[in-house]
Amino acid sequence: MTGRPLPNAATRPALRVAVVDYGAGNLVSIEQALVAVGGRPRRVRRPDELAGADVLVVPGVGAARPAMARLGRQGLVEPIRDWIAADRPFLGICLGLQLLFEGSDEDGAETLGVLAGRTVRLVDAPTLPHIGWNQVERTRPHPVFDGIADGADFYFVHSYAGAPTASSTGAILAWTTHGRPFVSAVAVGSLVGVQFHPERSGRDGLRFLANVLALARPGAGVARLERTA
Amino acid sequence: MLRRRVIPCLDVAGGRVVKGTRFVDLVDEGDPPILAERYASEGADELVFLDITAAPEGRSTLLEVVERTARRAFIPLTVGGGVRSVVDMRAVLRAGADKVSLNTAAVADPSLIRRCARRFGSQAVVVAIDARRRPAAAGTLPSWEVVVAGGRRPTGLDAVAWAERAVDLGAGELLVTSIDRDGTRSGYDTDLLRAITARVGVPVIASGGAAGPADFVAAVRDGGADAVLAASIFHRRLVSIAAVKAAMAAAGIPVRPVEG
Repeated sequence: MTGRPLPNAATRPALRVAVVDYGAGNLVSIEQALVAVGGRPRRVRRPDELAGADVLVVPGVGAARPAMARLGRQGLVEPIRDWIAADRPFLGICLGLQLLFEGSDEDGAETLGVLAGRTVRLVDAPTLPHIGWNQVERTRPHPVFDGIADGADFYFVHSYAGAPTASSTGAILAWTTHGRPFVSAVAVGSLVGVQFHPERSGRDGLRFLANVLALARPGAGVARLERTA
Repeated sequence: MLRRRVIPCLDVAGGRVVKGTRFVDLVDEGDPPILAERYASEGADELVFLDITAAPEGRSTLLEVVERTARRAFIPLTVGGGVRSVVDMRAVLRAGADKVSLNTAAVADPSLIRRCARRFGSQAVVVAIDARRRPAAAGTLPSWEVVVAGGRRPTGLDAVAWAERAVDLGAGELLVTSIDRDGTRSGYDTDLLRAITARVGVPVIASGGAAGPADFVAAVRDGGADAVLAASIFHRRLVSIAAVKAAMAAAGIPVRPVEG
């Protein structure tokens, strides 16, 4: 799958991608996928390790409370909030998206509160966990989906999903249906969050990650504005 | 809509795919990462590696194979065979696997399921159940016994009851193999699948007996399976993943289109 070149897999200097390592699941696959699209991932366990990073990725699977506890112990809660507040390039994957909301029904944990709303159990799901490939239906165009068909399949593994409230519905970028529809992608400024796993979603997943990196390049934001103008 | 998955299974020993391969160029095609990449490009939704290396020294070889595979095939990878502890599971996940399949060791000590699920999450814990149909008197409902050690050792456990227990303990998925059908190419045991899918809420992967595209359709439609797994018919190119998916789609089963 990586035999063919991907768009945006730049020959320019590799972007430095900080991948937050807080013990919530497997980092190997996201690191390998970032390398495949021309990024230079580095595991970050302490705040000082964020220095020099171009993009911050919070991956993770599992429950919110132990994840927040570990982020707290590692001193990473405020640095992550600050990074997002400064509108620096950010990608939250799976639990990394759920943590952006105010709290989680899974275990009552209080989470980062960057987005209004809570993480709730999937409603009317015929099977849980929701495991497998499902369609991601966009609400609007966004450069992270450049070159990817609307309704393309991505790989999911989860039982909960973030539910934005009225003040954050503008962040919704895509929906997916398992039982009832749930929010499968959000985007606000330089922040992107996805419930699916681009690192395990084949060619479209790699393309998505390549797009995220392309947007994080200095000047990419300006180019984006010019293009949409 | 959630797609039903088609999953090739590769039996790996000593770092090589060991059965069902009849390729011209054995040197290259028997290398698990290369086969894995080929399957991924042909539309496989996931991959399962079953390590059938008997000797403990083969483990490091397996981990190296997993690592090379995860670098090339960007679809989910489940590794089974010989995982006996949380430490074993961690090593396999660290090499790049997304899920681990527990079988014999979970039967011997069911708490292993709970411990692995607590440590890594249920989504990473697949419990593999090898089931053999019990002789039944006419007019009675069929039942199945769990067998381990590659089908050689009966356990006395009822397969449906074990499936429910495994889910209670934290299994996020079940890989259900009919030992009666395995390798026979006589179709999946849809009665077995139905008996289990009717009782558990987690996804069930059907295994054992696939011969042609119609069998995959039956496993989903009649057995209620969420995913269908096969080994030799894919390795031998008797059936392509695309043909299986086309048959499923024609039967109204949602599948992920083969990337083209």
